Amino acid sequence: MGDWMTVTDPGLSSESKYISQYTSETKMSPSSLYSQQVLCSSIPLSKNVHSFFSAFCTEENIEQSISYLDQELTTFGFPSLYEESKGKETKRELNIVAVLNCMNELLVLQRKNLLAQENVETQNLKLGSDMDHLQNCYAKLKEQLETSRREMIGLQERDRQLQCKNRNLHQLLKNEKDEVQKLQNIIASRATQYNHDMKRKEREYNKLKERLHQLVMNKKDKKIAMEVLNYVGRADGKRGSWRTGKTEARNEDEMYKILLNDYEYRQKQILMENAELKKVLQQMKKEMISLLSPQKQKPRERADDSTGTVISDIEEDAGELSRESTWDLSCETVREQLTNSIRKQWRILKSHVEKLDNQVSKVHLEGFNDEDVISRQDHEQETEKLELEIQQCKEMIKTQQQLLQQQLATACDDDTTSLLRDCYLLEEKERLKEEWSLFKEQKKNFEKERRSFTEAAIRLGLERKAFEEERASWLKQQFLNMTTFDHQNSENLKLFSAFSGSSDRDNPTVHSRPRQKKPHGAPSGSPVCTSKLTKSLPASPSTSDFCQTRSCVSEYSSISVLNTTPEESKPNQVGRECTNQKWSVASRPDSQEGCCSGCSSTHADAHIEKDDLP
Amino acid sequence: MNFSEVFKLSSLLCKFSPDGKYLLRITVWSLCTKSVSYIKYPKACQQGITFTRDGRYLALAERRDCKDYVSILVCSDWQLLRHFDTDTQDLAGIEWAPNGCVLAAWDSCLEYKILLYSLDGRLLSAFCAYEWSLGIKSVAWSPSSQFLAVGSYDGKVRILNHVTWKMITEFGHPATINNPKIVVYKEAEKSPPLVLGRLTFPPPRAAAGPLSSTESEYEVASVPVSLQTLKPAADRANPRIGIGALAFSPDNCFLATRSDSVPTAVWIWDIQKLRLLAVLEQLSAVRCFQWDPRQARLAICTGGGKVYLWSPAGCVSVQVPGEGDFQVLSVCWHLSGDSLALLSKDHFCLCFLETEQGVGTAFGQRGDHT
Repeated sequence: MGDWMTVTDPGLSSESKYISQYTSETKMSPSSLYSQQVLCSSIPLSKNVHSFFSAFCTEENIEQSISYLDQELTTFGFPSLYEESKGKETKRELNIVAVLNCMNELLVLQRKNLLAQENVETQNLKLGSDMDHLQNCYAKLKEQLETSRREMIGLQERDRQLQCKNRNLHQLLKNEKDEVQKLQNIIASRATQYNHDMKRKEREYNKLKERLHQLVMNKKDKKIAMEVLNYVGRADGKRGSWRTGKTEARNEDEMYKILLNDYEYRQKQILMENAELKKVLQQMKKEMISLLSPQKQKPRERADDSTGTVISDIEEDAGELSRESTWDLSCETVREQLTNSIRKQWRILKSHVEKLDNQVSKVHLEGFNDEDVISRQDHEQETEKLELEIQQCKEMIKTQQQLLQQQLATACDDDTTSLLRDCYLLEEKERLKEEWSLFKEQKKNFEKERRSFTEAAIRLGLERKAFEEERASWLKQQFLNMTTFDHQNSENLKLFSAFSGSSDRDNPTVHSRPRQKKPHGAPSGSPVCTSKLTKSLPASPSTSDFCQTRSCVSEYSSISVLNTTPEESKPNQVGRECTNQKWSVASRPDSQEGCCSGCSSTHADAHIEKDDLP
Repeated sequence: MNFSEVFKLSSLLCKFSPDGKYLLRITVWSLCTKSVSYIKYPKACQQGITFTRDGRYLALAERRDCKDYVSILVCSDWQLLRHFDTDTQDLAGIEWAPNGCVLAAWDSCLEYKILLYSLDGRLLSAFCAYEWSLGIKSVAWSPSSQFLAVGSYDGKVRILNHVTWKMITEFGHPATINNPKIVVYKEAEKSPPLVLGRLTFPPPRAAAGPLSSTESEYEVASVPVSLQTLKPAADRANPRIGIGALAFSPDNCFLATRSDSVPTAVWIWDIQKLRLLAVLEQLSAVRCFQWDPRQARLAICTGGGKVYLWSPAGCVSVQVPGEGDFQVLSVCWHLSGDSLALLSKDHFCLCFLETEQGVGTAFGQRGDHT
């Protein structure tokens, strides 16, 4: 563009300059041109511009400049400056409106371009400074990288050196150890060599000593010896002998006795200690359990896991305690159980204390008083109390053990046997007491029965009386009714026959009675017996005898019963204890007599059994 | 007179054989029955012969064909009860336990070995703490036979218990004491009172004189305390290191020890708590100490003119009155615990200890034989 303008219009050299300022790039360096352009663009209006303006268009070349401008503007897309021509050859008029518009447009464009230029310039500056900054950063980072690389290399170097040192030290240590081992081996070998030499020398020395002694002793006449003055001699003036076979055995015995005594004593001590310690442990366990159990009532989730175990432990331990108290042995299982349970309890206690500690610390942090947390003081007080209790219990245990020891120690052999005898006697006494009480019970029962029997006998007697009276009256009547001439003989006969018949009749009843009586036991039989007796009407002397024997009446009472009339047949309530008559089952009156006279005292049970005898 | 008692009390009588100068055999003379019995090949070691406390049995160390044996004899009729060999290189000593049922036998200092035998000759246990270094220097039984204290050349006392015959603890003897619970008594000289209130030239004789004429008292030193140690000559035999003396108190509560590398100090250990209770540091090396047979009272002598007494209540230093120097070389308590004999080279002094008043003394001359 610039070239073309210079060719066509030398008068426009100034404008070419101006234009070249805008558009040409070849003549000047880009940066200077650029800066000049910037300068020029930034300065809105100056004298130069004015001169340039006047340089472009003068009075002479108005038309040319207009046409030139028009060309330029149209090429740039602006509307033409000329008015629309009507014809081709007429001169075109300048369209002022268009000119003004173009001018405005150009101004607007100029402003826009200026703005854009400013923006671009600021951006350029920014980018330039950014670039500088980044370059600086890059340089710094490069430096840092360098230094860190150098450091790393340095550290690696140090590490390597230290590892070398380490290896050296290890090596030294190994060497030292080897040396020590070697020296020890040397010492050992030297020691054995030395011992061997010593032994050899000792043997030589002994031999020399013996020889010297022999030589010396041969020369000397008198031996240096001790002379015993004023010794206490034996009664018979003879020398006592020391060694005998008897004494050897005796010595052995004594020695073993001494050893055994010592062992027994020690074992006793150890057992005592063991028992004491076990008791202390059990006490501790109980106290630990009691310590932990109050926590059971508080429904805190923190204590839940511990209480669950505590409850189960308490149940377990209660069972264990009962078991352990019965076994006072030192068997493996009991010991293990005790130690395990103690450990368990201790662990629970420890965890509990830790939880409390945590709680306390939390309280301190949170700053409010939790009522479930046991304060440190209380805890310490409790532990002090427990310790005191433990101490007291231990002392008590010790004193008890001492007393027990004393008891055991003071009781020598005789005392123990007498003690034992006393124990046995006690047993017997107790047994006797029991038997006495039993016996007294039985006596009471017998008394009861006897009373009932006597009542029955009384009743029976009365009934018999009545019956006899009836019979007598009936016989009388019969007799009176029957014959008048035979009446004396038949009376006697009848009487006798009646009596014998009664006695005969009695016999089967006597026989039957035992049989009836058989199924009933001794005490319970009495009421039944009486009923049976009342049933059996023909009473005989033997029935009263029968009643009485139950309550231990002596023989002469029965005899008197036999001999007397029914009126006198009241049972003799002698009430002698412990004596029961033999139940004479033999029904003949004489035999009855004999049997009754020969009655002996037997047991109540034996009496019942004798009923079975024929 | 019971011969065994005589035999027991006069330890030197046993050392030489009345039969001859060469200790080939020990002859036992019964003073009652005029019978003689010979015991062959006794060993002339430091403690080769020991009676049980009740005088019933005698244990004798013998050596034949380079092997050590121990014979147990019944004192009533001098019959040989048991004869067995010990697994030692060179038996240095034997000692009965106070209950008469266990015999401790230990090897020479070249080997650390202590063997425990029952009365009937069975080996109950052997104890060896370490190898190769110098071994046992001194041994002591506790009066209840519960503990056996073994002092060795490494400066430690090891306590064995009578149930397992294993070590329950070891006591070291360091030269510095740091624990504030330990009481350290230091003997210090009381400065003599100045006469006339001014110094005279030459300085008064008392200050320059021997230690025996100056009074001394105990001061309680504050912890940490460092004690005077003696550096032993490494290349000589029988170095002055290790536990040279051990003694249990009669109530079984205390153990007194002396470490030869700290020769001026007596260490008192509490056996119930198994820890150091007190240390007494004297001005000169401790020569001898012995416990009162009845109570826990320790008498110490250092070769000077004083005797020192320690009890759990405190300690006191007593000057032996008398003209001239009286160097107390050893002490010996009476069985009742009421009096104390202080022995010097050719004199002896009897100390009476009264409960309320002070200490009374009486002098006497020792015979030529000791």
